[in-house]
Amino acid sequence: MLKTEKLTKSFGGNIAVNAVDFQINQGEITAIIGPNGAGKTTFFNLISGLHRPTSGKIFLEGEDVTNKPSYEIAKMGIARTFQTTKLFAEATVMDNLIIGHRLRTKSGFWSAVIRSKRYRKEESECREKALQVLEFVGASELANRPVASISQEEQKRVAIALALATDPKLVLLDEPAAGINADETSGLAELIKKMKQAGLTICIIEHKMQMIMNLADRIMVLNQGTKIAEGTPAEISRNETVIEAYLGGTPHAQAH
Amino acid sequence: MRSFPASKWVVPALLLVALAIPLLTDNSYYLNMLIMIFIWTIAVSGMNMIAGYAGQLSLAHAGFFGMGAYTLGLLMAKAQMSFLVSLVMAVALTGIVGAVVGMISLRLKGHYFAIFSLCMGVIISLVIEKWESLTEGVRGLLGIPIPKIGSFEFSTVTSQYYLILFFLVLAMFVNRQIVQSLVGRTFISIRNSEELAEALGINVMQSKILAFVHSTVLAGLAGALYAGYLRFLGPEVASIEHAFEMLLYLLVGGISTLWGPLVGTALVMAMMQLLQSWQDYRMIIFGPILVLIVMFLPHGIMGALARLKMKRQSVLPETIDNENRVIEKGTTDRRLAGGEIDA
Repeated sequence: MLKTEKLTKSFGGNIAVNAVDFQINQGEITAIIGPNGAGKTTFFNLISGLHRPTSGKIFLEGEDVTNKPSYEIAKMGIARTFQTTKLFAEATVMDNLIIGHRLRTKSGFWSAVIRSKRYRKEESECREKALQVLEFVGASELANRPVASISQEEQKRVAIALALATDPKLVLLDEPAAGINADETSGLAELIKKMKQAGLTICIIEHKMQMIMNLADRIMVLNQGTKIAEGTPAEISRNETVIEAYLGGTPHAQAH
Repeated sequence: MRSFPASKWVVPALLLVALAIPLLTDNSYYLNMLIMIFIWTIAVSGMNMIAGYAGQLSLAHAGFFGMGAYTLGLLMAKAQMSFLVSLVMAVALTGIVGAVVGMISLRLKGHYFAIFSLCMGVIISLVIEKWESLTEGVRGLLGIPIPKIGSFEFSTVTSQYYLILFFLVLAMFVNRQIVQSLVGRTFISIRNSEELAEALGINVMQSKILAFVHSTVLAGLAGALYAGYLRFLGPEVASIEHAFEMLLYLLVGGISTLWGPLVGTALVMAMMQLLQSWQDYRMIIFGPILVLIVMFLPHGIMGALARLKMKRQSVLPETIDNENRVIEKGTTDRRLAGGEIDA
């Protein structure tokens, strides 16, 4: 579905992502793991169009999207969440979500001023979409609460709902389970599975290894900007390079 | 987000009062005062669109106000064009220049945009002041004819009052429609986080330019009405002090609220008038008032009211919600957490 070829990004002399060949398959959950500073988020920023790569190419369903701006990538069906949710804390959950479907609407300034028929239809579509995705993530009861008053875990769910409101094919989740407890993490894992069952393709950055090992179909390991391994969870947990670079120590030590 | 006064009757009542005032008083001092408040409110509401809703602080708006004023003044005085045509041209020109300036300046973010826009405002005011062959420079532009629509002459203060009130209502109506729409939500999402907005498929640059053009058009309209009312212009209409005054009105009234521009402009201008005899010493009063407002009402008067309302509305459902959660989970720490939120 999404493929990168020799994708590279350097900031000044610092190479954050180095010649990464990578593939996300339709309908799978693909995980990207690696130590802090390995270039995972930069990699997301590249494929979501937030940053332009220094070199290399990105293909979405065969089409070259390397230098497309972020908002066009989103329209083509890639949605993402951020490590910090970036929600508007003072507004309600509903107010935050309505804008998620804006990219599928066409109404401009004047149709909004006169509240044209098309405008009213599009606005109600946005509201319906917001309610629908809120229900999907299991947070319907939060609709009218200000974001500032809901828990960290609820904010993570709302951020995922916001990404879903864009009608994506591929969802990039950047550390969705950061800062939430074990119970909540398994709840979130359920949600991610549910997204997969609904036909979405998912790519996830996460540090919680247990969650990743249970969820992912395939894992890519980044270290210092370079891909050091790729494979199924079972393959990755046996891979010696990975264990040395990331998990620490030898396979023997791990067994104890 | 809905900063409209709670009761449905407030807006029609205010409008009725505004319509009735000229019938109750002939005192042109008061009418003149209100006209000036209306004109500046239109300009400040424009500033509110870009600075308040889209989150890009523009200090170029006194410049656009001056541009609108001089465009109407010059077209009427020197090109003998009609009032309406000149008004449309003034609005169109400020919109076009706004689009061009926006395309360049909105590539900058935060303080850099504010500084650039400040420079833009200064450049416009300098052009007005120094291009003497066109604008008459510091001598001022005299001889703007009385505005006429058809055969009706807006020669009395009362007729001007109604003319300008009409445009104020129109501007506030358009602003309300925009703010409470997907377009306004798009602006707010950009203010909240440009990165998130882009990731949600919003063309941030295009939306910012739209907000900027809308705001310069309103500043230009206000300037054009000002020129049609006073029928004399000096280059100081575009001076940078006006941009800071507009910002003051906006902050006092409440930035990114619909009624903030009107409340702030009316309040501060009325106080300025009351303290007129103090001349520059007025600022001794104004400085501390501004400091107090920034400290205790950081969102201005209307912003504080909106927050009060939101708090009142969300207290009840929140309490119930937390209690439910306590029962579901049945743990003491949850209960504690819930209690804290309630308090």
